[in-house]
Amino acid sequence: MANLLSIVTFLPAVAALILALFLRGDDADARRNAKWVALAATVLTFLLSIFIYTGFDPENTGFQFVEERPWILGFTYKMGVDGISVLFVLLTTFLMPITIAACWTVEHRVKEYMIAFLLLETLMLGVFCALDLVLFYLFFEAGLIPMFLIIGIWGGANRIYASFKFFLYTFLGSVLMLVAMIAMASDAGTTDIPTMLTHSFGSESFNVLGVHVVGGLQTMLWLAFFASFAVKMPMWPVHTWLPDAHVQAPTAGSVVLAAILLKMGGYGFLRFSLPMFPVASDLLAPMVLWLSAIAIVYTSLVALVQTDMKKLIAYSSVAHMGYVTAGIFSANQQGLDGAIFQMISHGFISGALFLCVGVIYDRMHTREIAAYGGLVNRMPAYALIFLLFTMANVGLPGTSGFVGEFLTLMGMFQANTWVAAVATSGVILSAAYALWLYRRVVFGDLIKESLKSISDMNIRERAIFAPLVVMTILLGVYPSLVIDITGPSVAALLSDYQTAVLDAAPAVHVAAEH
Amino acid sequence: MTSADLSVILPEIVLAVYAMVALLVTVYTVKDDGAVIVLRLTTGVLFLTAVWIGLHHSDTRIAFDGMFVDDGFSRYAKVTILLSAAAVLLMSERYMVRRDLLRFEYPVLIVLAVIGMMVMVSAGDLMALYMGLELQSLALYVVASLRRDSVKSTEAGLKYYVLGALSSGLLLYGASLTYGFAGTTAFSGIIQTAVSGEVSLGLLFGLVFLISGLAFKVSAAPFHMWTPDVYEGSPTPVTAFFGTAPKVAAMALFARVAHDAFGNATVEWGQIVSLLAVASVFLGSIAAIAQTNIKRLMAYSSIAHMGYALIGLASGTVFGVQAMLVYMAIYVTMNVGTFAFILTMSRDGQPVTDIKSLNNLSEREPVKALAMLILLFSLAGVPPLVGFFGKYYVLDAAVQADMAWLAVAGVIASVIGAFYYLRIVYYMYFGAETEPLDKIQTPILTGMLVASAGAMVIGVINLFGIEGIAAVAAASLVQ
Repeated sequence: MANLLSIVTFLPAVAALILALFLRGDDADARRNAKWVALAATVLTFLLSIFIYTGFDPENTGFQFVEERPWILGFTYKMGVDGISVLFVLLTTFLMPITIAACWTVEHRVKEYMIAFLLLETLMLGVFCALDLVLFYLFFEAGLIPMFLIIGIWGGANRIYASFKFFLYTFLGSVLMLVAMIAMASDAGTTDIPTMLTHSFGSESFNVLGVHVVGGLQTMLWLAFFASFAVKMPMWPVHTWLPDAHVQAPTAGSVVLAAILLKMGGYGFLRFSLPMFPVASDLLAPMVLWLSAIAIVYTSLVALVQTDMKKLIAYSSVAHMGYVTAGIFSANQQGLDGAIFQMISHGFISGALFLCVGVIYDRMHTREIAAYGGLVNRMPAYALIFLLFTMANVGLPGTSGFVGEFLTLMGMFQANTWVAAVATSGVILSAAYALWLYRRVVFGDLIKESLKSISDMNIRERAIFAPLVVMTILLGVYPSLVIDITGPSVAALLSDYQTAVLDAAPAVHVAAEH
Repeated sequence: MTSADLSVILPEIVLAVYAMVALLVTVYTVKDDGAVIVLRLTTGVLFLTAVWIGLHHSDTRIAFDGMFVDDGFSRYAKVTILLSAAAVLLMSERYMVRRDLLRFEYPVLIVLAVIGMMVMVSAGDLMALYMGLELQSLALYVVASLRRDSVKSTEAGLKYYVLGALSSGLLLYGASLTYGFAGTTAFSGIIQTAVSGEVSLGLLFGLVFLISGLAFKVSAAPFHMWTPDVYEGSPTPVTAFFGTAPKVAAMALFARVAHDAFGNATVEWGQIVSLLAVASVFLGSIAAIAQTNIKRLMAYSSIAHMGYALIGLASGTVFGVQAMLVYMAIYVTMNVGTFAFILTMSRDGQPVTDIKSLNNLSEREPVKALAMLILLFSLAGVPPLVGFFGKYYVLDAAVQADMAWLAVAGVIASVIGAFYYLRIVYYMYFGAETEPLDKIQTPILTGMLVASAGAMVIGVINLFGIEGIAAVAAASLVQ
């Protein structure tokens, strides 16, 4: 199948179109049909994406499954995956059926809800497959629209504020990237990503408005991309939109946000910042490392004092993303492998944690930690699953959370020992907030009157968690599943990176001393 | 005057004859009873003229010793003007009939304004420029105050007239200075004086005054003051017209003067235009935030959009002109759709302009709300909609001309601007239930709205090929 990537990417959009055009009415039947169509489409997408996995050759570090068609203004419609992006495609297709199944209880404007998620899936897959700069930007930005609507229409009480903040915050980050992309396109003469990866952007220092810019064009471009990806990630101190968005988003929205949308930032660093602007990355890596270290410690501390479950998990996400950025800008094999691993693993774990919150939110309609306690007495299965993912979040060996944290910390240690030391304290803090959350919600006596009749998870809910449990443990005990695929591509990226940095080193150091 | 000259301006002559015949026949026979027929007929005539000009391929032709130029650039602008005028006329019918506003003079005045615009975009001489501009403006002053019994409409007309006269004065002053220092009113002559050395101070002053006058017409900040009031006061179909065809004409004229007459002084006017552009995008984006009246909001939105089109122009390159042309075509398409939506907004038969009245529209009329949602995101320049490509073009033009700061200013303003477009989405989709709007079934308005929104989505594939046409048009202007 030559167009496999396009088929996988646009299948959900086609399903959305079918829903929009042919599904009439808003009775119980129509709502049920909408859910089944969406579920069938996402499952089919996942099944097709397995062919990408089986047909992918990890030893080939170039792009595979490439498709190319001319488009307007000299852009091309070009899709393809390499070892860095292929797993994100699979992560997305894997998680979307789970997400759809998780919103089975939604009864408000179901058709539109399903359409929004299906379109979102297409746009997210497009981000990871696009091999043209403008095509990438198109998918990257367009995802804001469905997410804005998902938070705004189906969100919680304060959804308006959260949806506007989400949209404008990320939009501001991205438009600067757009200008940088235009500058790159006119510098390289193309918007083709594989060509740009081999193009070396100028790194001669120059003056802008009297400010001496070391690293020149690369630094300017790097900063513009950083503005976008750091917001998307999100990194401290531009993370403030995330807790708001998470708390107000419906459960399925939170899952997609935490599990997939946040990964776009990390993917962007890997695809653009590091390989295209190696000199600037090398110059600015210490800043990113320290920002990441601060993020890990600071947001972990903030997570400790949260009274809202979703907010706590949201801050924990920011902390975990800190490992990812630190791993990426450690710029060594362990760091990069770990960062990708951490992103994949965080996709499963954070998605599952938000689903855990969703399970009890559906029953009690509150996310306040204080409203719960002693759930283990009436919900043993829930307690077990929640425990597993709490432990995975803490980074218990045997779960996928451990591998990602360990590898990134190892990478950090080689790059900057002090950063690694600070970041490691985050592991302890994460154990503190995660276990304390678990204790307050699950353990203790069941004394609250309102909880006395709470029921354990039903079959649907258990079925949703089953694949996540399997993946978390499987990757925890057999991490080669991921590392073998990412390894060769990462190694190729790093060797190009180091060559570029060494070539530019003397000139940049001279410039920095002035 | 030879027959060759006449054949160049044949479309204008046909339209002028049509306007006069329509006026005379109707005034002596059916009067307002025939207004609907005249309106429909006029729509057809404008549409056919657009097709005629659009399919007519020829090299650049010059008539009346360079007074009138018929080139790819003017044809592009004329087709855009004619099509948008036809679309707006078609949309006006039902709204005006329901409110007893439809006079037979209305379509005739629109045709006269359109002829003025066609002369503007083809002007090769300051005289022709002024003639076209005044023909357009005089017709527009009258349609702005079409609603004679409404204070607001009369006020709009008067305001438009006074400020329009002021801008015409500025323009004339600039033209006379230019004539004084260049010794000619022909663009081909003016460009010669600039090439033989640096631009003289007098010519520079003439240029500045000319640009100020034109900035009034495109409603670029800081010459925008009339726009919100006129948009608000005029009957909505007239506002829709103001937001489309005259903007294209004024923008095209701007490009024509800048490149044909002052093509050798791009650095000089580039600075002024950049300033106008930055002021417009920021003013349009920031001032719109506080608006609750959708027509005023669209007025500020148009100011911001003119700013973006000016960014393209400010780059002073062929690609910049091409970007501006693409931008204007996209802008007009979006505006036609948006105003089709605004025209359907009414409660108990009375037009409503408060954006709060859109509360919860998406549950009552999902198709309309979705189409408007697409248009709003497109206006905000969010990918993957076509509005984004318009922005990309002008930003690309700025970056290529080493004006990255202009592009950065533009994108920052677009984030601010996104807020007020989102606010309309907020009312339509997240708002609480309030007193609903009338559910009007108007196939034409709904059709226009859906077609325009559909174009914003489908256009992503190849922008309907306007890229190539605009490139040819731009190349014919800038040698």
